Amino acid sequence: MTTTAPRIDKPRRKRRGGVMGNTGLYVCVSIAATLFLIPFYLIVRNALSTDPEITGENWKFFPSHIQWSNVSELFNDPLVDFGQSLWNSLVVAVLMTAGILLVCSLAGYGLARIPYRHANKVFYAVLATLMVPTSVTFVPSFVLVSSLGWVDTYRGLIIPGLFSGFTCFLFRQYFLGFPKELEEAARVDGLGYWGAYWRIVVPNSLNFFAAMATITFISGWNAFLWPLVIGQDPSSWTVQVALSSYMTNQTVNYHLIFMATAFSILPLVFVFLFLQRWLVQGIAQTGIKG
Amino acid sequence: MSTTTTRGVARPAPAKASPARPRRGLRGNPTFNFWLFTGPFLIGLVIFVFVPIGWSIWLSFFEARFTVTPSHFIGFDNYKQMLTNSDFTGSLLTFTVFAAFIVPTTWALSLGLALLVNRLRFMRAFFRSVFFIPTACSYVAAALIWKMSIFNGVRFGLANTIVGWFGVENIAWVSNPSPPWYWLVILTVRLWLQSGFYMILFIAALQNIPAELYEAAAIDGAKPGWQTFRFITLPQLRATSTAVILLLLIAAYQAFDEFFNIIGNKATWGQTPLMVLYKTAIGSGQDYGAGSAGAVILTVLICMVTLLQGKIMGFGRGEESK
Repeated sequence: MTTTAPRIDKPRRKRRGGVMGNTGLYVCVSIAATLFLIPFYLIVRNALSTDPEITGENWKFFPSHIQWSNVSELFNDPLVDFGQSLWNSLVVAVLMTAGILLVCSLAGYGLARIPYRHANKVFYAVLATLMVPTSVTFVPSFVLVSSLGWVDTYRGLIIPGLFSGFTCFLFRQYFLGFPKELEEAARVDGLGYWGAYWRIVVPNSLNFFAAMATITFISGWNAFLWPLVIGQDPSSWTVQVALSSYMTNQTVNYHLIFMATAFSILPLVFVFLFLQRWLVQGIAQTGIKG
Repeated sequence: MSTTTTRGVARPAPAKASPARPRRGLRGNPTFNFWLFTGPFLIGLVIFVFVPIGWSIWLSFFEARFTVTPSHFIGFDNYKQMLTNSDFTGSLLTFTVFAAFIVPTTWALSLGLALLVNRLRFMRAFFRSVFFIPTACSYVAAALIWKMSIFNGVRFGLANTIVGWFGVENIAWVSNPSPPWYWLVILTVRLWLQSGFYMILFIAALQNIPAELYEAAAIDGAKPGWQTFRFITLPQLRATSTAVILLLLIAAYQAFDEFFNIIGNKATWGQTPLMVLYKTAIGSGQDYGAGSAGAVILTVLICMVTLLQGKIMGFGRGEESK
C-alpha cells in the first residue's frame, strides 16, 4: 500500500494517470477492497449454511445449498432469547442516542457560547474527564450502579453513559464555528438564549446532529464491556453480550452463531450506507482533524 | 435528566414572561442560562464520573472484598498487590506490545487507503464505502468471524485452508501462547475495524491541502511522487496525524472486546489491563479494593503517556499558525 501511496499530486493528476498508472491504482484498491469485504461474505455464507458445510473437511467458497431455515431456528432457540437481546440493544441504542444528543448538545452550546465568568473552569473539568478513559472507570461505575440497584435494568445500561465528555467537547467545537450573526439576529428579535437555541441554532445544525446521532447509535449498539458488566441476567443481555455468550458456550452451533452475527451487523450496515454522507461530513467537521 | 430540564424551562418563563423586554431578567442572564444549558450534563458528570472516580480512589485504600462500604483501612496494600500481581504487570506488557504494533500499522494503512482513494477518479464513493463499512461492525462480531471462521485452529478455517495449499500444517492460531500467532489475529481484527474511520479523517485533511502548494513545489523542482509526499503532503497532515495517533492510543488503552472474545477469559496470557481488572473486580474475585487500585494505576499511566505525547507532538497547536 505504502509504495503506491506517495504518488499523490493533485495539480498534475490530469496529465498523468495514463492507462497504465490508472490500471495499477485500480488493481490495488480492488485487491484491498476484496480483503475488506471477505469477512462480510463469510458471515452471510456461514449464516446460510449447515454446520457440516461450515466445519467440513473440504471447505468451499460457496455453500451448495442455502439454508433459510436457520433464521427461524435462531429465533426459536430455547437457550438464548436472541429476539429479546435484539430488542434490548435497540432500546438502549435509541434512548442513549436521544439522551446524549440532548444533554451533550445543550452543554456544548453553553460552554461555547454563553458568557459566564467561570465557564473556562467548567470546561477544564469536562476536559479532565477526557483524560480518564471511560472504560477505566467501569469498576467504580459498576460499584455505584450496583449500589443504586440498577444492575440488569435499562437505567443501568443507559444513564451512566449519557454524560460523555467527548461528545460534549465535539458539540462545543462545532458550536464555536456556528455563525454568530444568526443567533444575534434572533436575540435582537427578542428570543432568549433558550429560544434562540431551539428555534435558530438546532434547526440550522441538523447535519451535525445527524452525524453525531449516527456515531452515538453505532457505539451504543456495539458497546460490549458495560453491557457485559451490567447484564448479569440473560434477559437483560444486549446483542453483543448474547453473541459473546455463544462463543464461550460448550455446544457450538456454528450456523446459529453466524446467523446471529448477521442479525447484529446487517441492520447497522444498512443504516451506515444510508447515513454515510452525514457521517463522513460530521467526522470531518468534528474538529478531530485538529 | 429530562425532569431537571423541564423544570428549568418552565419556571423562568412564566415568572418573567414579558417578551417586550429582551435581555432582561433571567431570560437574558448569562449566568442563569449557562447553568440551564450545562447544568443537567454537569450534574450527571459529577454523579456518574467524578463520584465513581473518587469512590474508587477511596476503595483502593481499603480491604474491600464483596463489599463497597469497607471498614478495614490497609493503606497501599492493594497497590502492592496489583503491582506484584504477575497477571496485571503482564497485561501492561501485553498492552505495550499491542500499542507498539497497532498504532503505527493503523496509521500507515489508513493514510495509505486515504491516498489511494483520494487519487481515484471513478467509483471513489464506492471504494470509500467499502473501506469505511467495517466501522459499523462490533468488536464482538468481528472477533467471532476471526476466531470461528478465518483463524479457526482446525482444517476448515479459511487461514488454515489457505496455508494448507502451500503444504503447511494446521496452525493453532489462538489457543497457544507460543508461537504467538494470536497477535496476528488480534492485530488484523483491529486493523480491519478501525482503518476506515481514520481513513476518513485523512481524506478530509488531504482535501484541505491547498493545490498551490503542489504547484509551488513543482516550480521549485520537486519531483512528483515521493518528494512531494515527503515535503508537502506529510507536513501538511501533521495536525491530523497527531490527532489520529492520540485517538489510536486511547482506543488501544481500552482494548477489551476482541481480547476477551478471541483469547478468552480463562487464559493467563494475552490479557489487556482491562481484562485483568474485570476479572479482579467483577469476576469471581469481587475484590473491589484491588480492582480500584489497578484502575487508579492505569489511569495515572494513561495520563502520563498522554501528557508526554502532547509534549512531544505538540497536540493542540494546530496547523493554523503555519
